[in-house]
Amino acid sequence: MATENSNIEELVRKEYQHGFVTEIDADTVPPGLNEDVIRLISAKKDEPEWLLEWRLKAYRHWLTMTHPTWAHVQHPPIDYQAISYFSAPKSKKDGPKSLDEVDPKLLETYEKLGIPLHEQKMLAGVAVDAVFDSVSVATTFKEKLAAAGVIFCSFSEAVQNHPELVRQYLGTVVPGADNFFAALNSAVFTDGSFCYIPKNTRCPMELSTYFRINASNTGQFERTLIIADEGSHVSYLEGCTAPQRDENQLHAAVVELVALDNAQIKYSTVQNWYPGDENGVGGIYNFVTKRGDCRGVNSKISWTQVETGSAITWKYPSCLLRGDNSIGEFYSVAVTNGYQQADTGTKMIHLGKNTSSTIISKGISAGHAQNAYRGLVKISRKAENARNYTQCDSLLMGKQCGAHTFPYIESMNPTAQVEHEATTSKIGDDQLFYLRQRGISEEDAVNMIVNGFCKDVFRELPMEFAVEAQKLLGVTLEGAVG
Amino acid sequence: MSDVLSHYLQEHERRYPEGTGDRLGELRQSALQEFRNLGFPTRRQENWKYTDVRKLCKHEFRINDDVVDLPAGRIESLPIARPDCHELVFVNGRYSPAHSRADKLAAGIIVTDLAAALNQQPELVSDHIARYSDTASSGFTALNTAFLQQGSVISLAAGAVLDKPVHLIHINTQQQQPYSGQLRNLILLGDNSEGTVIESYFGLDDAVYFTNSVCEIRLDPGSRLQHYRIQQESSNSFHLGHTTVRLQKDSRYESSVVSLGAELSRTDLNCRLEQSGAVCVLNGLYMVNGQQHTDHHIRVDHTVEATTSTQNYRGILDEQGRAVFNGKVVVHKGADKTDARQSNANLLLSDKAEVDTKPELEIYADDVKCSHGATVGQLDKNMLFYLRSRGIDEHTARSLLTFAFAGEIIRNIHMASIRERLEQLVLGRLPDAETIREFTHE
Repeated sequence: MATENSNIEELVRKEYQHGFVTEIDADTVPPGLNEDVIRLISAKKDEPEWLLEWRLKAYRHWLTMTHPTWAHVQHPPIDYQAISYFSAPKSKKDGPKSLDEVDPKLLETYEKLGIPLHEQKMLAGVAVDAVFDSVSVATTFKEKLAAAGVIFCSFSEAVQNHPELVRQYLGTVVPGADNFFAALNSAVFTDGSFCYIPKNTRCPMELSTYFRINASNTGQFERTLIIADEGSHVSYLEGCTAPQRDENQLHAAVVELVALDNAQIKYSTVQNWYPGDENGVGGIYNFVTKRGDCRGVNSKISWTQVETGSAITWKYPSCLLRGDNSIGEFYSVAVTNGYQQADTGTKMIHLGKNTSSTIISKGISAGHAQNAYRGLVKISRKAENARNYTQCDSLLMGKQCGAHTFPYIESMNPTAQVEHEATTSKIGDDQLFYLRQRGISEEDAVNMIVNGFCKDVFRELPMEFAVEAQKLLGVTLEGAVG
Repeated sequence: MSDVLSHYLQEHERRYPEGTGDRLGELRQSALQEFRNLGFPTRRQENWKYTDVRKLCKHEFRINDDVVDLPAGRIESLPIARPDCHELVFVNGRYSPAHSRADKLAAGIIVTDLAAALNQQPELVSDHIARYSDTASSGFTALNTAFLQQGSVISLAAGAVLDKPVHLIHINTQQQQPYSGQLRNLILLGDNSEGTVIESYFGLDDAVYFTNSVCEIRLDPGSRLQHYRIQQESSNSFHLGHTTVRLQKDSRYESSVVSLGAELSRTDLNCRLEQSGAVCVLNGLYMVNGQQHTDHHIRVDHTVEATTSTQNYRGILDEQGRAVFNGKVVVHKGADKTDARQSNANLLLSDKAEVDTKPELEIYADDVKCSHGATVGQLDKNMLFYLRSRGIDEHTARSLLTFAFAGEIIRNIHMASIRERLEQLVLGRLPDAETIREFTHE
């Protein structure tokens, strides 16, 4: 007990130390949120008048909203006036000078994931000299995209260079007043990604935030907008498997996808933010609104996510199946260990005829973690011949964790067919025994079983991601058994 | 305070002007306070997300005290399954001794109406009443407790076995003024005792009324209860039914809920498996048409090791009918070796019908076997094709398959007389009833 106390005391002290060394940067506004702060953000980013108005409208609506309490998570109330809503991209000199200064535990994880040395530096926020930076990679990357006519840039750049596209699509999938966190994001978002795929174009490569310059500094209120014009195709990767250095506790991002006639968007996420320590202290709150709009006929949006990080995950990538024959997919692996809490799932809103959706969700809960699937399948009156198949499986490891399923099904059309299946189980002793007697260590055996459990989802990930995700799972669940 | 709340407060004042007094008076008084705080549920509450009771709040239902006697032979003429039973009959929410008949009971068995029990066995009632149902769980339960007077008490001593089922028959007639019956049932089964209880609710003509029934059941170790609940309320009525079951070691509870009537009905069934070896088997069938709305909420709590539950509910929705199903299984910390299965299937026959289903699992133990499934859809095309290829016209084939869909639940009903009556009731709701009868009864 005494050591535990001293640990906590140490942590408290640490935070204090941190707080005192923060230099007051000329480009950082003091904590607090009001219309002036929003005007300031907008002015700093040199935004057009309509965008400022849009932000203010969202902010005014946000003021009328209350923090949602329905999710199966617990956390102390968040003081929104204690957050600083704008800071200029942190200059690299703030970070550690070399890998020697980086938390050895983090390095150990990088080692296990097999991340090359210069990438380790980038991820840990070490000041990387210009030659080592991935600028060269990014440049060739940009040239290739430009040749295909694909626009891929930061959100701020898009506001400056393609205001008509931004104005046409921003907020059309996730309106400014959609929910508490989306409204907050709409009011104060600082940057994010923008992507436009022109008609009948297949994006020549997989787009990834990883390659976008300044990607690691987009901050806590990120906004992503992806538009796939008629007949186009894009695959987008977000996040990376390595744990990232991040000092913001609250993350409230918004992702909007628009697929027009015959277009396809595949959006893959690997999220591995800091989950807090062994005692559940600290960690990121990840409250994200992600939604795709299958606006055109025969369009398709597919979400694949591997969620292993964050202290709290609150995330429901959804599909609005508006166009006839459109398809929505959701493949998810959510792993929680320690004191992590996840409330995640999807919404499939069937509006068009012959629309179909597939939901495969795999939740793994270990330690003291709570893992919930929450989903909605809604078949509207006009969605003739709509089809949904949902499968959510939970795997429990340990006596203290929880796994929950809250599926909502609302059907208003007799020609629609909706199926939901869910199971909950633990790793069978016989399965473990079988692998152990073939000379496989317990840890490896558990890894193999867990990976088998998640296979249906990993199959949907782009190749390199899939390999990394498997390793990541092993690292996340380390020490969960035995 | 809204008008409807003050109406019930006035009703309470009218009936119980003396205020608090004995323990029962205090119970009513505190429940009334609870009701005043809770009010009627709104759709903003997660448990009432899909069911709107505003329509019920538009009426000022009078709490009925009048004894209404039905003409001789009237009950016999009703389409209610009446196997050979001890019968307690309630007319318009009030016990009717004239129609009831409890034959001689073996020692240790009490079957009586609540008002009589309050006089004759006050300690038995006060030891158990409002102990199992949480008055604060909803405004309806609080309202029921506030008007606690009518209902029944069934108590079996250790080892007692009911010679024949107890049938609680509730009949509601048309009256000038809309009225309400607040019914409270207490069912107590001692160690290793065994019995069957049937609850039937029936409405005559277009009677406008509101049934609010709360049933508390306690099953001691090794006891077994079969519980049927058949709801055929009138098409202008409101039916609220709340059942709580506490199961002790190795006890077994089997429930069959059949909901066919009422404009708006809501049935809650909460089972708490409190000791190992307890088993509950919950079956249900709901059929709606016209503008009917039916809502079934089930919650099963597995609180200790080695308990088993199964839920199997099916619904058939026609015309503008709407059905809500919410099945929740909670496996508490330490409740390892839990086996919980849950299934809900819905058949939509019309493009105006709507179903909202939510099978939930909340699990805090790791060595468990839990599964749930929910489906919503129409009749299987392959099955239809099969029947049609054998020369059965489409209309009949549809009715046959719909009947078979309901049959999955009806088949599991042990008592033959009830099973047959329900078959007839379901058939009566389908087109081509005569043709199907020919098919099914060779």
